[in-house]
Amino acid sequence: MNSLTILGLLPLVGSAALFLLPKGSDLLAKQVALGVSIVVAIAGLGMAFSFDRSATGFQFVEKHQWIPAFGINYALGVDGISLLLILLALVLTPIVILACWHEAEGGRWSVKNFFGLILILETMIVGVFAATDIFLFYVFFEAMLIPVYFLIGGYGTGARAAAAVKFLLYSLFGGLLMLASIIGLYVISGNQLSAPTFDINALSQLSIDPVTQRILFLGFFIAFAIKAPLWPFHTWLPDAARAATPGTSVLLLGVLDKVGTYGMIRFCLSLFPEASKEFGPTIIVLSLISIFYGAFLAIAQGTSSGDGNIKALISYTSISHFGFITLGIFAFTEQSHSGATLYMINHGFSTAALFLIAGWMISRRKSERISDFGGLQRVTPIMAWSFFIAGMSSLALPGLSSFVSEFLVLVGTFARYPIPAIIGTIGIIFAALYILIPVQRALHGPTTPGNENLTDLTLREKVSIAPVIAVIIFFGFYPQPLLDVINPAASATLSALQITGITGGK
Amino acid sequence: MNAPNIEYGMLGPILIVLAAALIGVLIEAFVSSRYRYILQTGTAFAAIALAFLQLVLIRNTSSKAAVSSMSIDGVAIVLQGSVLIFGFLGLLLIAERGFQSFTAQAAAIPGSNEEQKALVSGLQQTEVFPLTLFAISGAMLFPAANDLLTLFVSLEVLSLPLYLMAGLSQRRRLLSQEAALKYFLLGAFSSAFFLFGSAFIYGQAGSTTFDGIRKSIVESGGSDQFLLVGLALLTVGLLFKVSAAPFHAWTPDVYQGSPTPVTAFMAAVTKVAAFGAAIRIYYFAVGGLVWSWRPILIAISIATMAIGTVIAIAQKDVKRVLAYSAIAHSGFLLTGIIALSKDGLNATLIYLFTYGFTTIGTFAIVTLVRDSGGEVSDLNRWVGLGKRSPLVAGTFTLFLLGLAGIPLTSGFVGKFAIFTAAYKSGNISVVVAGVLASAIAAFFYIRIIVMMYFSDPVEDGTSVVIPSAMTAATIAICAVATLVMGIYPQPVISAINSLAFFAG
Repeated sequence: MNSLTILGLLPLVGSAALFLLPKGSDLLAKQVALGVSIVVAIAGLGMAFSFDRSATGFQFVEKHQWIPAFGINYALGVDGISLLLILLALVLTPIVILACWHEAEGGRWSVKNFFGLILILETMIVGVFAATDIFLFYVFFEAMLIPVYFLIGGYGTGARAAAAVKFLLYSLFGGLLMLASIIGLYVISGNQLSAPTFDINALSQLSIDPVTQRILFLGFFIAFAIKAPLWPFHTWLPDAARAATPGTSVLLLGVLDKVGTYGMIRFCLSLFPEASKEFGPTIIVLSLISIFYGAFLAIAQGTSSGDGNIKALISYTSISHFGFITLGIFAFTEQSHSGATLYMINHGFSTAALFLIAGWMISRRKSERISDFGGLQRVTPIMAWSFFIAGMSSLALPGLSSFVSEFLVLVGTFARYPIPAIIGTIGIIFAALYILIPVQRALHGPTTPGNENLTDLTLREKVSIAPVIAVIIFFGFYPQPLLDVINPAASATLSALQITGITGGK
Repeated sequence: MNAPNIEYGMLGPILIVLAAALIGVLIEAFVSSRYRYILQTGTAFAAIALAFLQLVLIRNTSSKAAVSSMSIDGVAIVLQGSVLIFGFLGLLLIAERGFQSFTAQAAAIPGSNEEQKALVSGLQQTEVFPLTLFAISGAMLFPAANDLLTLFVSLEVLSLPLYLMAGLSQRRRLLSQEAALKYFLLGAFSSAFFLFGSAFIYGQAGSTTFDGIRKSIVESGGSDQFLLVGLALLTVGLLFKVSAAPFHAWTPDVYQGSPTPVTAFMAAVTKVAAFGAAIRIYYFAVGGLVWSWRPILIAISIATMAIGTVIAIAQKDVKRVLAYSAIAHSGFLLTGIIALSKDGLNATLIYLFTYGFTTIGTFAIVTLVRDSGGEVSDLNRWVGLGKRSPLVAGTFTLFLLGLAGIPLTSGFVGKFAIFTAAYKSGNISVVVAGVLASAIAAFFYIRIIVMMYFSDPVEDGTSVVIPSAMTAATIAICAVATLVMGIYPQPVISAINSLAFFAG
């Protein structure tokens, strides 16, 4: 067995152990889950150090026949992009488990099931990013929905069942469109190659006629745009984020939704280069709409005097951020690509921080309404400052990690599409608004009634948020290690696209 | 004139089941009621085991039998094997301890004193066993028939027992009898269409054997109007059996009214038999007319998927939901026939094999959810089942995900195979329709899962009975099959691929 398989299997084994624990052993279940996820994270980081940064193509490759009748292989491998996304997931999982120690207690089912589902999800995430066989990717892509569905529906708040179903149906619908495209690719590969295959490398060598390419591209793209979520495919996200527990939201927005943008790079671009170029400008327009739409709705939540919801606000900011990511992907320059990939990682950490701290604020104040908070800085300074830093990272303050990626995306985009880049830059101003308004209302100013007796972060909470804040600050000053891993993969994707005049203006 | 040569070995599996059915009739007539149940079940299970054994022995046969009226080839053997397996599972459900699903005396008027007396005195009749065996033998004959007349006879041998069995329900007997009557009347109509079509085809082709029809199409170029009229009428008869739109109307009523074990049996076995016969007709007998029948089947397939999935959303009874789901699955299965290729043949057989397990498992679970009066199929009373009996709800979820075709369940393998075959043959429209229909279908399967898990249970006396060994075994087998064929389908696929050939 290869390292990726072991990495993926560990959490699954852990979750099986959790399900076998007797009823009522909640504390033990939490400890086991935390232990397993820390071991997996360390194993993943150890693996990353043996990753050859100079090489292109997939590493840690393994391949076994799975269903030879259809040419389906169990094939795994990672390049720089997928490696970092896997690491993001592996690092965030123990943080989420520690941060959400008590989160599952109000759920419909037992606490151990909550953590068991999170570990299953971790397995699926490793699988979905590591799969180099499209069929295998699809299997993980769909199977991943089931734990999330139960996490939202079983442990969320408010209209959790409806939100879970909405999430599931949107994703299934997209997945089925993708399935049709996958079947199409498979049939074409059977016609052009000696045997039909699902291998990404082999499929990217196919020559597909333009019309078919466009149709197949759309099947993949819509599935990923729903996941990402790009306007106008985003409508499931605010509901899901509002209903899910903060921990689930971190995994959902921070990691899972990256499957969408990752899929665009890995599949849309490398399998359908012509169609990608054709649809590029349209998608850039959609990205710009997403940037502003998400920002405006977030501002609306922040400024609303009545029931502006803090979870909804964060989810709208994510729509805006995903707009930047897709903008970078479809601008087709090396800088914009590296920036988009880096953005995925940074967004993962800054959203994680926002959701976790928002979750603690909510559980203390017993309210999700922004207007119920006020002056937290005096009462709970550590919580307030953590939220502030996370927020600053979200609006891409220089010195924090998101700045680098947003800058790269915009500079890279400017090289090819100056006007969209300028419009996108205006989006940053709104980003400042949607973060600063809630920060001002909730953290600064006099402490409003109901907030006087809130307690500051506990040791457990401090321990869980500290690494996230550290990562945000560290990679803000020194993003080079990440870029070293990303750049070869980004230029490999672009050279497959055969785009001329990549850098240095028009 | 010499007596025709009958290949007893090749027909062995069918003959064994038929003989056991006849013995069952004698047992019902002559054995005291105390021993009937044990003898009937013993005979039935022994017959199925023997027939399966014989089938395994002749598995490499590929030739015509009984003066070319039958074709015992790989396709027939796969289908007969499927029928025997699903028949066995269905019988396990039917033989469930206490016989709670079946009326004691089918001939008694519902609510009459006689019925009461029969119930109280425990005068349970067990004629359902020979009836099931007759249906199984018909279902085995149907996909192996190589002659329109044999096909018709086997259709009747399959259908007549089912009409009766649909009316045997102990609870809600009027509904059950109504279902039986509806099934019978509509079935009789479709048989008439079928026979009428056969006559037209015979008139043109001069032969009732599939080989003869095939030859005459080649010779005439297939442009004869009477042939097309005959094929159209024959198609109506077949589509009725597979419950394709617009001939699906009987399905929900019959599925709902029949005793649930019978529904399970019928849903799996009839589908295998009818699609088996259809595939032999369209692939082998009238394959030369593909340009005539393909557009029609495409339209019907799309309509069937649409009707099955959309109407299922509005259903409030779990058996009706499953009935519409069965209709939708017929639409998916038709895409395999439309493909008209070796891939399509393989895919259809794989789909039927995986679907049978999942659907029997689903209905087996329905038999477990009861209140004091019997089964509860009203979906509103399934609310909160996940909390009350997590294991049953979990298994039911697995089956529903299988029916929805979620990856890692057998349903996905079948769906993938069949859509790939259709796409490969250039019929992309049905693939797109199939994918969209799958998305709609996912909605109502998930709705049931939501009801079971995300709502709190209501105390209304609904409970899950502890299944006896027989039902438990059925559910376990079906669940394992659904999961294993989803995760590692290769052995089944390669076995079917290597067997599935028609005898030329």
